[in-house]
Amino acid sequence: MKDHLNIPDHNKLFQTEPYVKQREGKKAFEAPCSEQETAEALAYSKTSEYKDKNFARKSLVVNPHKACQPLGALMASLGFEKTLPFIHGSQGCTAYFRSHLSRHFKEPAPAVSSSMTEDGAVFGGMSNLIDGLENSVALYKPEMVAVSTTCMAEVIGDDLQAFISNARQKGAITEELPVPYANTPSFAGSHITGYDSMLKSIISTLYKRSGIEATPGSGEGTGEKLNVILGFEPYTGNFAEMRKILAAFDTKYTFLGDHSGNFDSPATGEYSYYYGGTKLEDVPKAANALGTLSLQKYSVKKTLEYIEGTWKQQTVSMSAPIGITATDRLVDAISELTGLPIPAELIDERGRVVDALTDSHPYLHGKRTALVGDPDLLIGLIQFCLETGMEPVHIVCSNGDNGFKGEAEALLAASPYGAEATVHIGNDLWHMRSLLIDNPVDLSFGSSHLKYAAKDAGVPLIRVGFPVFDRHHLHRYPVIGYQGTLNLLTTVVNTILQNLDDDSSGFNHDLVR
Amino acid sequence: MGLDIEANKKMIEEILEAYPEKARKDRQKHFEINNEELINCGKCAIKSNMKSRPGVMTQRGCAYAGSKGVVWGPIKDMVHISHGPVGCGQYSWGTRRNYANGQLGIDNFTAMQVTSDFQETDIVFGGDKKLEVICREIKEMFPLAKGISIQSECPVGLIGDDIEAVSKKMAIELGIPIIPVRCEGFRGVSQSLGHHIANDAIRDFLMGKRELAETGPYDINIIGDYNIGGDAWASRILLEEMGLRVIAQWSGDGSINELAIAHKAKLNLIHCHRSMNYMVTTMEKEYGIPWLEYNFFGPTKTAESLRAIAALFDDHIKQKCEEVITKYTPQMDAIIAKFKPRLEGKKVMLLIGGLRARHTLGAYEDLGMEVVATGYEFAHKDDYEKTYPELPEGTIIYDDPTAYELEELAQRLDVDMMGSGVKEKYVYHKMGIPFRQMHSWDYSGPYHGYDGFKIFARDMDMTINSPVWGLLKPGKAGTVRKEEAGV
Repeated sequence: MKDHLNIPDHNKLFQTEPYVKQREGKKAFEAPCSEQETAEALAYSKTSEYKDKNFARKSLVVNPHKACQPLGALMASLGFEKTLPFIHGSQGCTAYFRSHLSRHFKEPAPAVSSSMTEDGAVFGGMSNLIDGLENSVALYKPEMVAVSTTCMAEVIGDDLQAFISNARQKGAITEELPVPYANTPSFAGSHITGYDSMLKSIISTLYKRSGIEATPGSGEGTGEKLNVILGFEPYTGNFAEMRKILAAFDTKYTFLGDHSGNFDSPATGEYSYYYGGTKLEDVPKAANALGTLSLQKYSVKKTLEYIEGTWKQQTVSMSAPIGITATDRLVDAISELTGLPIPAELIDERGRVVDALTDSHPYLHGKRTALVGDPDLLIGLIQFCLETGMEPVHIVCSNGDNGFKGEAEALLAASPYGAEATVHIGNDLWHMRSLLIDNPVDLSFGSSHLKYAAKDAGVPLIRVGFPVFDRHHLHRYPVIGYQGTLNLLTTVVNTILQNLDDDSSGFNHDLVR
Repeated sequence: MGLDIEANKKMIEEILEAYPEKARKDRQKHFEINNEELINCGKCAIKSNMKSRPGVMTQRGCAYAGSKGVVWGPIKDMVHISHGPVGCGQYSWGTRRNYANGQLGIDNFTAMQVTSDFQETDIVFGGDKKLEVICREIKEMFPLAKGISIQSECPVGLIGDDIEAVSKKMAIELGIPIIPVRCEGFRGVSQSLGHHIANDAIRDFLMGKRELAETGPYDINIIGDYNIGGDAWASRILLEEMGLRVIAQWSGDGSINELAIAHKAKLNLIHCHRSMNYMVTTMEKEYGIPWLEYNFFGPTKTAESLRAIAALFDDHIKQKCEEVITKYTPQMDAIIAKFKPRLEGKKVMLLIGGLRARHTLGAYEDLGMEVVATGYEFAHKDDYEKTYPELPEGTIIYDDPTAYELEELAQRLDVDMMGSGVKEKYVYHKMGIPFRQMHSWDYSGPYHGYDGFKIFARDMDMTINSPVWGLLKPGKAGTVRKEEAGV
């Protein structure tokens, strides 16, 4: 349908003359800085003197690349069948977590709050938790309620174990309903810490309740199989990719935490609160598996410790397998854990992706990159850059620890392409802005939040990780495995080619590239 | 199912049966079906501004969201510290689309997340010392920042930090206003108290603090417009076109100077009454500035409001006001002629903020659409008193409805469109109910004023009449039924 009425939206409307005049007129009341002052301050913000001051700041945090613990706990909770995330504390937090996840996945993120207010601060949140459990179970009929805390509940020291046990005694919930809980203070760690705490709590709670005695490798209940953990995973497509790889091996497996159903549900005309997720009965049986393979390690540390310590199971953990070498390691690990041979179809797929890399490598080679993200994603991206001939230069990880820094540095040191790289942990995107301006790169990789610094520095941004708010559907496409590597390669090379076209002055607007 | 009073009463009762008794009794008080008595009563109102029930999936936010997210955050030349742990600032970062002119990070700090990122040690030992350092570092990193606000998060209030003392000390040391705002999320029952607290801070720290070089008879303020998608700009242009001079715009694209000179205006125009009524009543008391609530959604209400505003001025303004209306009327007629036939009779359900449900009503009516159920997340008694007369008998009115209640209602009423926020959006997409985010204008806008109505009308049409809604249910062998696809 042709739009005969010219309806300019905000991008066009405010560039029209009346609005430009309005903007100028308004300045008379703003007491603004002069154009010169602003230009000077902008120029100053791009100097190395400014960069040094930026890196010297001790307490101020500007544009950090991390969220808080209960958001991760919410994601972990939605990885299990018919599980209602219940966040104990002030209600605004829950609204924020739900919005944040909805903006990334473009999907509903159901969760309830115990809605504590001032009286909760004084008297504690027990009655809120008990009433909240009763109400939420009546309304949303979950088969498990996963309780995490906000800073408010943590600061006043609410005792979740006692409160939940009182809720059972009062009959607000039945004895049969599993209610794992995790302390997830927002003033420690980040969303990945919260993910880990809740995942561990869910696994250990369901295991304890079952009465099963772990006998690794016995396969009791479901046959010999593998446990697979994806961790704080912003890509539903990565679950699908892992399913595909495991299906090629023809091995049985249990995902410990699978939120892909909840964040990638079909539109059918009906809405259900719960889609997919790991079956609750499969969790204790996972104690009898051959071993556990984890595709993240920094976001599931406590969970892996639990599995090793309590289930006495072999664990193999790696960070996001992005690129050929890292995916080879993933495939080898599955083969070793299960004793199954590597399927021919994966070898073929590998060959096709390598073929694609050989086709594109001239455009990638020597491209200097800047990377921002969660620790596990960054390890994957570094591997990808190094093996495609790109040179990582700036790596910023707001929620990385020394372990991550050491691993990243070792990885970089092992390749001539990593020679220029510096790894910054605990730093933020305002630091990254200085890095990008002071020592320019060709491409940046990171979440939507990096778009401001990337724009200031004039660097194209490849959106990868969490959160991606301003592009659609990226999370549906895997970035791990051979296929994920191909997806990422396609985005990267075509971004470079698009920029070549955008920058061409005419004679070099080439037809064939 | 539409505006049948008895049938709607029965429907609400059935929906509420799902609750345990205590919660049901409470929720019953938050529903009403509009009737003649309520419309004429004047002071009648549903139970509102009460605590949400725990465990029910309320749509509400918190006091911090009201203060930082709504009132203070859009003031562009100040740095707003989300004081406490990292999350609150991260989640409210850039999400309300408060457009502002200026260079981000240089003389405009709106779309930034500045936080004290509390760690355990800050909880144990208090964050006051750290806050001092942060203020100094802000001055270093952002030399053109004209002020700082400290938006306290839950732990700050609980551990007893003295942010007022730090602010006072640092304001002297740094020579810029530093404003403590006690908007901890656990205060009050919703965002609403955060608005009030934020307004009180404006009153105490900035109101009346600066002078305007030259005042004039046509000086006015725009209060309570957050410039979402550029709303305030599309409003301001009309006011200026009719000869008025807008000396302050609160708070979308606002500046600290505008907050401090606003007391020199001859009239306050308030759009979002819920979030800033405290300011206009204060200025009326302190400075004798009259105020007028206006509504720039849809051409009918916009013209009504423009005339009501002009009526407070001389013939010169009144004449120019008519000229403005005359100028835009053909454009509006063309928009209505195009979109009304496509939208006439469509049933809408709304749940937006503390006032927009009432304000947007006129815009829907201009397009021939019918609001069959509406209410507010965090409104007060006065909002409902003003709402009843705007709605026909039989309209369902709800206060702080839960996700469950809204979903049940939307399905039973078989509405053609739901207008609410991002948490709700994708639920309705699954249900096949056309949905529009009426907090952020679904990343579109502006919706205010005449320019805004064009976009509003286009957006409602694209929402309701998209062929995608017809694709939800597969036909034989997975093929799509043609009539549903609108092909």
